[in-house]
Amino acid sequence: MSARTRAARGWIAAVASVAVLTLAACSSPTSSSTPSATTGKPGGSLVIGVTSDPDTLFPWKATQFQAVHLLENIYGTLTEFDKNLNVVPGLATSWDTSADGKTLTLHLRTGVKFDDGTAFDSASVKSSLDAIKNEATAAVARSSLSAVTSVDSTDASTVVLHLTAPDAALPANLATVNMAMLPAGATETALNTTPDGTGPYKLESRKPSQSITLAANTAYWGDAPTLASIEFRVIPDESSIVSALQSGNVQMAVFDDPLVAKTAEGPNVTVTKTPQLSYHVLQLNARRGALTDVNVRLAMQCAIDRQQVLDTAALGEGEVTGPITSPAYKSDPKARPCPTRDLAKAKEYLAKAGKSAGVTIDTIVSQGEYATSVNEAQNLAAQLAEVGITLKLEVLESGAYVDRWIAGDFDAAVALNGGRPDPDGMYGRYFTSTGNLNKVAGYSSPELDALFAEGKATADPAARKAIYTKISDDLENNAAWIWLFTSYTYTATATSVRGYTPMANGSLQSLRSTTVG
Amino acid sequence: MVRQLLHHSVVRRGTQMVVTLFGVAVFVFIMLRAIPGNQITAGLGTEAAALTPAQRAALESYYGLDKPLLTQFFGWLGNVCTGNLGVSSRSQQSVLDMTMHSLPVTIELAILSIVLGLVIGVPLGMLSASKPESPRDAIGQTVGLAGLSIPAFLLATALLSVLAQVWGYNPNGRVFAPITQDVLLNLQQMMLPAFVLGFGIAAPIMRTTRTAVLDVRSEDFVRTARAKGVPVRRLYVRHILGNALVPIVTMTGLQFGYLLGGAVVVEQVFSIPGIGRQVLLGIQQKEYAVVQSTVLVIAVAFVLVNLLTDVLYRVIDPRVRAS
Repeated sequence: MSARTRAARGWIAAVASVAVLTLAACSSPTSSSTPSATTGKPGGSLVIGVTSDPDTLFPWKATQFQAVHLLENIYGTLTEFDKNLNVVPGLATSWDTSADGKTLTLHLRTGVKFDDGTAFDSASVKSSLDAIKNEATAAVARSSLSAVTSVDSTDASTVVLHLTAPDAALPANLATVNMAMLPAGATETALNTTPDGTGPYKLESRKPSQSITLAANTAYWGDAPTLASIEFRVIPDESSIVSALQSGNVQMAVFDDPLVAKTAEGPNVTVTKTPQLSYHVLQLNARRGALTDVNVRLAMQCAIDRQQVLDTAALGEGEVTGPITSPAYKSDPKARPCPTRDLAKAKEYLAKAGKSAGVTIDTIVSQGEYATSVNEAQNLAAQLAEVGITLKLEVLESGAYVDRWIAGDFDAAVALNGGRPDPDGMYGRYFTSTGNLNKVAGYSSPELDALFAEGKATADPAARKAIYTKISDDLENNAAWIWLFTSYTYTATATSVRGYTPMANGSLQSLRSTTVG
Repeated sequence: MVRQLLHHSVVRRGTQMVVTLFGVAVFVFIMLRAIPGNQITAGLGTEAAALTPAQRAALESYYGLDKPLLTQFFGWLGNVCTGNLGVSSRSQQSVLDMTMHSLPVTIELAILSIVLGLVIGVPLGMLSASKPESPRDAIGQTVGLAGLSIPAFLLATALLSVLAQVWGYNPNGRVFAPITQDVLLNLQQMMLPAFVLGFGIAAPIMRTTRTAVLDVRSEDFVRTARAKGVPVRRLYVRHILGNALVPIVTMTGLQFGYLLGGAVVVEQVFSIPGIGRQVLLGIQQKEYAVVQSTVLVIAVAFVLVNLLTDVLYRVIDPRVRAS
């Protein structure tokens, strides 16, 4: 053996030993390695695995799931929802409506401060509501304030909203983070880097596309938030989040896909499923082609077995639904024409429409927006084909789908639409003739306009429920759309996480009373 | 005369590079605007349907979409020339800053993957070529075939879940640690993605090595060397591999260039904040400045790697040097 070869062998042996020692050293610190998880503060520190960063930190423009639910923990709203989605006091401790319903007086909580130390008062409410109403702000909740003509602050803790007509849905509409209260003079650019809210947590640090950490807001007006900190850690791939849960690197995650949720279940991880307000639907455009005839729409209504769509497209993980999904106003899916599939009746309706030879419906379907869309579309097409209705499916990339949806450029659209706790907020914008989404909804009628107006003018919960049941029946009897099912979200938590209650609107607000450890 | 010629070729090469990069810039600019949707619909989704015309106009002005396309293009290009790559409205970070963080991560991953690819691929290729059609060749070929045919996402997900589930070992579940902050954690986080990518790269390197070695082996000078009694190991390493290096370097350079573009799938699975993820997020959010500038940076990297490969030819191959 030459000296050179010996030297080379020696080197290889040295490198190999270093590698082995390094690996041995590396493999010991695993689950306990997250420094923030072991700080030992009262409620502990929670790490939540999320697939993406929030796309904005400006609450008035946030619509993305991650952004909305992160910001709910940083910002405060005048009203809030409790875990059953009832409207409860937030930054307003109480509110009264005048006898004619045209004035809403809000009594504000005193002693509340924004994160930067400035006081929250009627001036911040007035400036926030005025800015949301201003079109130049491009706030997404602007239409919820369409009835509000002016906002007056009578004293530091009282605000009066003057309305063109009574609006019973207004208190519920004020509870979304898109109506968050911001300090007067705050700009979008500044808030996008330094949020300034009144919520239970405040921004501590951010590593774009990697993680966002919130710390407890010790000056919070309500019960002191229990967690010392919450880190939203970005792990783009859902199955990698599952791995991170199993190895203990993250303690919580929310999934939409039942298959992924199933893989997360294990000795140290519990998965809870929660029915959602959002609903899967076949939107019909009653202003185009054959669908202008109510009989064609009813034929489709009767030819579809919703349970079959749910079973084939979403593994049966969900519930067949009518239009209204919020627990307090829930529609009864059995109340619709043809509550079970009735092909004879469907053919009868088609004959009545003079379309016994069949019709073709151009249907847009998004690919990639949510997991079940294409499967739903294929099952619907197969079922409708049995009565001679051809769904011509156009599967589109999500950007192209959104463009077509916004333009109302479709006969039918397979969609997953967001729901809201208040039925006026949920459907008023779609099915009233002046609603800002009516072009997309493709259907309105004088009867519905009158019913929605009546619902807004009625404050008594029982009377409101009766009105929205009529609206729900009207929508189903005219087959405005074909409502299919609601699905679940799956909250996976490590066994060390306690006190977390998932909500039907997806809100993470119960993080303020959650503990880890 | 020689200096003049060199000068000429450098100028020609430089012009080619500038034209290529300009072409890339134009192409990406047009493609981004040709695909449906814009930053407004990417952010708001179907909620964008509820915007009033005045709200939409306010948003278009906020995102700079109201300017004519030519103004948008040359405004951006002008800024790029002064080192301003734009700002991501999503994270409020400058694209330059984002790239300064993501590019080193991608370069590190690319280097580690290439090293692993070479360490697996070249010996395997030589082993196969040492006795074609033999069992050892079959083993080499099988490993090569596996590298080519096992999709990276499958290998990546399988490795990650098995290690996490069985041993609770998952360094990638922690926040990414740059090599400058925590070398040990960084190497642990890079180990699996580099292996997955390296395994995929090993296959073409193995095949190229095998073919090149077989080609060189049949040449006259090898026979002469063998006849002169050069030891087998020296014959293979010094004479055969040395002469087979050119195609291997070409293949490695190409693979390295691709890796600099970011290995999107592997970066996603292992939560590596590399340049591939930066482009992907930019495309998803329709952040034009992010995508345009990042793709340009990737193109520059690709062009430089090509240049480097050419320079390496000259070092390795005296014939190229002479010509």
